[in-house]
Amino acid sequence: MTSWEPIIVFSSVTKRFGARTVLKALDLEIPLGQKLAIVGPSGSGKSTLLRILMTLESVEAGSVRVGSQYLWRGDRERTVEADVATTANVRRRIGMVFQQFNLFPHMTALQNVSAAPIKVLRKSKEEAYAHARDLLTRVGMSDKVDAYPAFLSGGQQQRVGIARALAMNPEILLLDEVTSALDPELVGEVLSVIRMLAAKGDLTILMVTHQMGFAREFADRVCFIDGGEIVEDAPPAQFFDAPIQRRTRDFLRAVISA
Amino acid sequence: MDVLIDARWLILSGTIVSLRVFVLSFLLAAVLALLLGLLRQSSIRFVRVAAMCWVEFFRGVSTAVQLFWLYFALPFFGISLTAEAAAVIGLGLVHGAYGSEVVRGAMQSVSIDQWEAATALGYTRRQTLFSIILPQAFIAMLPPLGNSLILLLKGTSIASIITVPELTFQSALIVDRTLAVLPIFTCVLLIYYGIAIAATRTVSLLERRLGRWRPQPLSVR
Amino acid sequence: MFDFAFALSILPQLAVATVTTLVVTISSFFLALLIGVPLLLLRRSGWHSVSRTTAGIIDFIRCTPILVQLYFLYFAMPEFGIRLSPIATGILVFSVHYGCYMSEVYRAGLESVPRGQWDVCVALSLSRSETYRSVVLPQMIYPIIPAAGNYLVHMFKETPLLASISVVEMMFVSAEIGADRFRYLEPITLCGLLFLLMSIAAAGLIRTAEFLYGRRWRRV
Repeated sequence: MTSWEPIIVFSSVTKRFGARTVLKALDLEIPLGQKLAIVGPSGSGKSTLLRILMTLESVEAGSVRVGSQYLWRGDRERTVEADVATTANVRRRIGMVFQQFNLFPHMTALQNVSAAPIKVLRKSKEEAYAHARDLLTRVGMSDKVDAYPAFLSGGQQQRVGIARALAMNPEILLLDEVTSALDPELVGEVLSVIRMLAAKGDLTILMVTHQMGFAREFADRVCFIDGGEIVEDAPPAQFFDAPIQRRTRDFLRAVISA
Repeated sequence: MDVLIDARWLILSGTIVSLRVFVLSFLLAAVLALLLGLLRQSSIRFVRVAAMCWVEFFRGVSTAVQLFWLYFALPFFGISLTAEAAAVIGLGLVHGAYGSEVVRGAMQSVSIDQWEAATALGYTRRQTLFSIILPQAFIAMLPPLGNSLILLLKGTSIASIITVPELTFQSALIVDRTLAVLPIFTCVLLIYYGIAIAATRTVSLLERRLGRWRPQPLSVR
Repeated sequence: MFDFAFALSILPQLAVATVTTLVVTISSFFLALLIGVPLLLLRRSGWHSVSRTTAGIIDFIRCTPILVQLYFLYFAMPEFGIRLSPIATGILVFSVHYGCYMSEVYRAGLESVPRGQWDVCVALSLSRSETYRSVVLPQMIYPIIPAAGNYLVHMFKETPLLASISVVEMMFVSAEIGADRFRYLEPITLCGLLFLLMSIAAAGLIRTAEFLYGRRWRRV
């Protein structure tokens, strides 16, 4: 299940957007196969952490490592970006699902899921389509393979988004507030899919979420990030029932009462 | 270079005429644009349709042909316009029609909630229109206004084909006489560019001064 | 007042001139579509000096009257030994002038594609060229159609300006007839009506094209 070798390592990572420091010398190690829930207030840097891993954002200082490959190599003061080949390699190992789904509007669900396998993994159309159908069935969208995103509900679109990310066989899956843009009644269908994914021992999942109940049930570990720092880091039972830090308690109280 | 100095009076008078045509046709166009924009939202169907037909007509005509017609064809109906009058009226009619689309779009961009809030507070339709909607719509008209002004400026140059002694006309005259193509036309292009920049800067300034109550920059839309 | 018999008799002459007008318009339009591409690329260049200069040139050309640009090239080119026919000069000026407009249209179209689409393509490891080809370009085309169509119609309505460099297009012919027969009313009115009808027809075609493109996947 969870081995102790860290597959993802953030070391003294500092990220700034203009004058604002969004991540402050953050350290985080994630072992292979772990299901990590990341929670925190808006603007705390949670999504930025995921985006850095997905090579969508740059870093001002520190190191970011996936396995033995460094995306960013440095220390508290500075950092150096990896070369194009290494970055591309790391990218292939990671998949991401977005809050706004970001499906390709001009492609059917089937085409959305198979586009990257065909273009990037150089699979044949038949192979890619077959795999895509299989994935779409697993996320419960088998009857909508030829539908266009504009005609799908938010929950359906997000499930296609998950299938699309999985089609690239990533070792690591990043879920960036994937239910935040959904109407309440559609959240459940997406969470069931994630629950199913969590059962796969070999997939490392990082999930930024506001769904506390789900986080408690699904995660092996919960990280609370506030103001660019990790305030608390604990297994779900301890995190939700007996948080150590006052900031964590305040946050949980505000979230639960809402 | 000397050619420029000798020709400077012609260039100056040409610029003045261009500016005069520009300002006068802008005034006419602005009045028409507001009028037509409002009429197109009238509650009376006939008025709406009539205004729409008028706008579509003047948006569809070629400005050059329109000016030509007003100057050369209108006399056959007994009305003889001076070249400058024909230019001002022609440009005013055409750009008034274009402008009415801007006005209409701006008015529609003011959220329907504003109407509802005003009605709930007891405002009459006319009061709502003039004190709530139009002020907000006016600001929404500013970004496209810069563009419209430049189109109008370029339109004044078309007036040269009906012999209005504006800048383009004068420049062609000077070049014909002196054959100093490069310096004259470069100078003229720069003058037009200068006016265009002045116009857009003024609009930006207006946007900033009047749009102070808005939370985000106007260009973000 | 309006001599309908006269009007009918000059219709054939005007119809022939219409061909010239259309040839000029359509060639200039396609050239403008092409010219817009390198202009866009230069405008978006990573080198600040290149993009700034290009932006300045595009702005300058867009903000100055096409008639002056027409005269400029028509009179200046012989001095550099280039001899182009009036029609070719007209097409050249129109295509460059509207090419600048097209580059801005392309730019707006590009920016209308949501940021998230780019992010997803990175996440899926799609190459840059593949991203443009399969994801960005198809989505860009939709807003470009009405804008480009609009400029096509504008271009069409500005062809009378070419009469001043003696291109035998519709207004040139009407003015000629008018001067010849001392009656301007019928030729110019007909000319105006022809322009009006054709631009309304063109507007309708553009709206149809806009409606047809991507109607399968758009929420109409």
